[in-house]
Amino acid sequence: MSGVRVLAGTRKGAFILTADGKRERWDVSGPHFGGWEIYHLKGSPADPARLYASQSNSWFGQLIQRSDDGGETWEPVGNQFRYDGVPGTHQWYDGTPHPWEFARVWHLEPSLTDPDTVYAGVEDAALFRSVDGGQEWHELPGLRGHGSGPAWQPGGGGMCLHTIVLDPSDPGRIFVAISAAGAFRTDDGGKTWRPINRGLRSEGIPDPDAEVGHCVHRIAAHPSRPGVLFMQKHWDVMRSDDAGESWHEVSGNLPTDFGFPIDVHPDEPDTVYVVPIKSDSEHYPPEGKLRVYRSRTGGNEWEPLTNGLPQSNCYVNVLRDAMAVDSLDSCGVYFGTTGGQVYVSADAGDSWRLIVRDLPAVLSVEVQTLP
Amino acid sequence: MIRVVLPAHLRTLARVDGEVELRVAGQATQRLVLDALEERYPMLRGTIRDHLSGQRRAFVRFFACEQDLSHELPDTPLPDAVALGCEPFLVVGAMAGG
Repeated sequence: MSGVRVLAGTRKGAFILTADGKRERWDVSGPHFGGWEIYHLKGSPADPARLYASQSNSWFGQLIQRSDDGGETWEPVGNQFRYDGVPGTHQWYDGTPHPWEFARVWHLEPSLTDPDTVYAGVEDAALFRSVDGGQEWHELPGLRGHGSGPAWQPGGGGMCLHTIVLDPSDPGRIFVAISAAGAFRTDDGGKTWRPINRGLRSEGIPDPDAEVGHCVHRIAAHPSRPGVLFMQKHWDVMRSDDAGESWHEVSGNLPTDFGFPIDVHPDEPDTVYVVPIKSDSEHYPPEGKLRVYRSRTGGNEWEPLTNGLPQSNCYVNVLRDAMAVDSLDSCGVYFGTTGGQVYVSADAGDSWRLIVRDLPAVLSVEVQTLP
Repeated sequence: MIRVVLPAHLRTLARVDGEVELRVAGQATQRLVLDALEERYPMLRGTIRDHLSGQRRAFVRFFACEQDLSHELPDTPLPDAVALGCEPFLVVGAMAGG
């Protein structure tokens, strides 16, 4: 019988949650790497037993862990992330130049076809790639060096490259997003990049519709329609129908268009999920009601999904990498909170149940659909 | 024989229990001890000192003989008691970390 493996990264370790296809009874394994921040862990689409995890803390820095047995055992692999050439400067919080400094790996994106190839989005923002299962990492310097880097600035979480979307229809095309620089695209496998932010407006920068400087929180695309992108920006939910060449707002009737994660239903390319958060300083749901919003129209028309979610006195956040969808016949949607809960809906969001509660703050959630 | 005490997280990473004993050729210094440590446990590379510069990570401290050796130059000889194995060389996570 098919099943799912949910990979949850938290402030103090990783947890692996498994269930059969009904997604009702869960086994919770962890903490793995207890005491370490696990910003992200993700499985290879080409080999579900191959997992990668980003492990870090303030004492001992960055490690990358790899599992070849679905998370039963792990081995540390390469942890040297060296910027190509002279790193240069980006803007500091106060607008002054600040040298590029590696802090951590925010996001690991395994190749769609090769288990040994994996991309790493890091802080300070850059994109690295390993082609040997994580042993050695090399920067794709065309992104950081294409010219606008000195204008990038940190968002609240640091200046991080947090989103990597691989186009299944075109191996040369990759989308990334950086806080606070914006979205970028390569069409030649990472050699050259250009910003794709036309249509974005951000009030926190001197020129609200500048080419770069936008605090993009997350981008998602449906595999069957990779030219259609959905974006949760600092404020505003956006959509592009031309692979990022232009964007238009689809916030519609959301109670607030601030938020972090965004995801797309695996079988319905126009069904999109977001979790509205009250504001840029009030990082909790409006009215203390935890509501996932779903649009079945590709944006603009949103419905609240509340069945099984706390509807009073709930003041958690859902971070940008902490939502995922499975690919079972009845779509599963998952998200984790800064309060340590991980929720699942086995019916595309109509109803929710708690998988586990009281974990450390959840930083990321990924799900693997297993045969 | 140099005795090195690692913090718990690095013992877990290196899969060791208790102290680590290392041989260092010649006069024992921080640099030589850490070189020997990383040679035997390559997974520790980058966790105590920077890969490229070799500088101690900001939240790591080195203690021995009830002294803070964190700011000694890397090639300064370690105390005789450490070099002779009477006292351990302590790699410590700063109180501010975690």
